[in-house]
Amino acid sequence: MADKNTVLSIKNVSKRFDELQVLDDISLDVREGGLVSVIGGSGCGKSTLLRLIGGLDSPSEGTITINGKEVKAPSRKVGFVFQDHRLLPWLTVSDNIKFALDKTVDNQDEIVDKNLKLVGLEGFKNSYPSQLSGGMAQRVAIARALANEPDILLLDEPFGALDAMTRITMQDELLKIWEEKKVTMILITHDIDESIYLGEQVVILSDRPGKIKKIVPISKICHYERNGSEFARTKKIIYKEFFKEREFDVGYVI
Amino acid sequence: MEVTFKKNKVAKKRSAFPVAKAIGSAFLYIALPIVILIVWEIVCHAGVVQVYNMPAPEIILKDAWEKITAGVLWKHISISFLRVLEGFLIALVAALVLGILIGLSKTIERITELTLQILKPIPPIAWIPLAILWFGIGESSKLYIIFYGAFFPILLNTVDGIHNIDKKYLELGRVYEVDRLKLIRKVVLPGALPQILTGIRVGLGNAWVCVVAAEMIAATKGVGYMLSNGRSMSRADDVILAMLLIGIVGKIMDDVLKLISGKIMKWS
Ligand SMILES: Nc1ncnc2c1ncn2[C@@H]1O[C@H](COP(=O)(O)OP(=O)(O)OP(=O)(O)O)[C@@H](O)[C@H]1O
Ligand SMILES: [Mg+2]
Repeated sequence: MADKNTVLSIKNVSKRFDELQVLDDISLDVREGGLVSVIGGSGCGKSTLLRLIGGLDSPSEGTITINGKEVKAPSRKVGFVFQDHRLLPWLTVSDNIKFALDKTVDNQDEIVDKNLKLVGLEGFKNSYPSQLSGGMAQRVAIARALANEPDILLLDEPFGALDAMTRITMQDELLKIWEEKKVTMILITHDIDESIYLGEQVVILSDRPGKIKKIVPISKICHYERNGSEFARTKKIIYKEFFKEREFDVGYVI
Repeated sequence: MEVTFKKNKVAKKRSAFPVAKAIGSAFLYIALPIVILIVWEIVCHAGVVQVYNMPAPEIILKDAWEKITAGVLWKHISISFLRVLEGFLIALVAALVLGILIGLSKTIERITELTLQILKPIPPIAWIPLAILWFGIGESSKLYIIFYGAFFPILLNTVDGIHNIDKKYLELGRVYEVDRLKLIRKVVLPGALPQILTGIRVGLGNAWVCVVAAEMIAATKGVGYMLSNGRSMSRADDVILAMLLIGIVGKIMDDVLKLISGKIMKWS
């Protein structure tokens, strides 16, 4: 059974779209303040899993509970960051963040300032999304998702559309936010490096239907050393789950 | 290396003479009308056409000047414009309200669908006889025709605009538990706005066409009246002047709307 530190509990969850089985018997517990990355091939059901956790869709079988309550519909207490930043083009950065806030919240400007500062975009309150770069837009999306102080932050390949350099910067910043805010994060990715760098554990999903193939615990050192030996060792473990390594055949006799 | 060099040169050349470029563009903009005027002038003076039926530009200009100084030109234009404005504004409000209701409610859409589908193909001018029977030849019948001309483009574009809103934004509304009213204000209306504005431009253009048609049939003032009166007086210069005015005023109205649209959609 899940202990009392568990925020998210997924129990025997399956999902079918008509005949198509997308997820098969997924069970996973995530502790409060945890950082879990989910990796899997294209179309294996990663987004579907996240949408189920976010309450945008419901499981065919099994249950998902957050803080002991079954997820039935989306909630402000679960932040969602999509692969596309999904900012409303006609609202300023500030209004985009306020879009996520309930009208009963009265210190809205304060919340906007605080969260923009967190993602390093203090000066862009009145900019429109079209004036931002892809990385900046995704930062605003993260600020928006954090505005309600969610219990869980769900991120669906948030940096997939960014260039390699920006992506690394954003990964660093996300990690910093996680350490600072102690918010539970579940990150979907198809990038092995990213899954290690942004995970205390990496959940590997198998292809069609998506099933948990393996959960790899990640040593903390990997969050500091992208090029260290531990990182390389972990990478090899995950890599092997997806690809067969070719035998290195020397081909001649000395 | 050479390629880069050439590219730089081109880029420099472009940015060095922005004024020259603007003048060139302005010239292209007015060149064709000027050519048409010159050809028109030549044709008239060469005796190719009967000056009686096709007066030269300067005769029309003289006619215009006389009408301006006598104050009649302004009277005709302003009366047509006010009619359009009135009919258009009523249509705007009605079409927006109904369009939003239809766009948001499947039930209302279904209820109104058949009626609108049948009414839509009836051109506004086909309503003129009935409008006159109902409302007489006064202002009301003209307003009705103008209203009708402006109504459908605005309505249909509003409904379409709402239907075409990206579903991912509606999903975003679900993620943050946004209530219905806020969703309409922050997502539905701004999302549909570009298309609504297109509808408004088409609607205003239609309204202008309709006022001319309505005034040609029954009026004692307005640009449409100028047309029909010119014909019955056999004054080709009056007729052509009225036509040019219709074109110019229509263009200016569209320009103004375009300008307003750009101001409203400051995010793009
Ligand atoms: N609403 C839906 N109706 C029917 N099929 C769906 C629906 N949503 C997803 N699917 C199918 O479920 C499968 C998994 O989709 P999902 O988006 O979860 O994959 P993914 O792992 O996120 O892929 P990607 O790496 O491309 O983002 C796909 O085959 C997809 O076509
Ligand atoms: Mg996906």
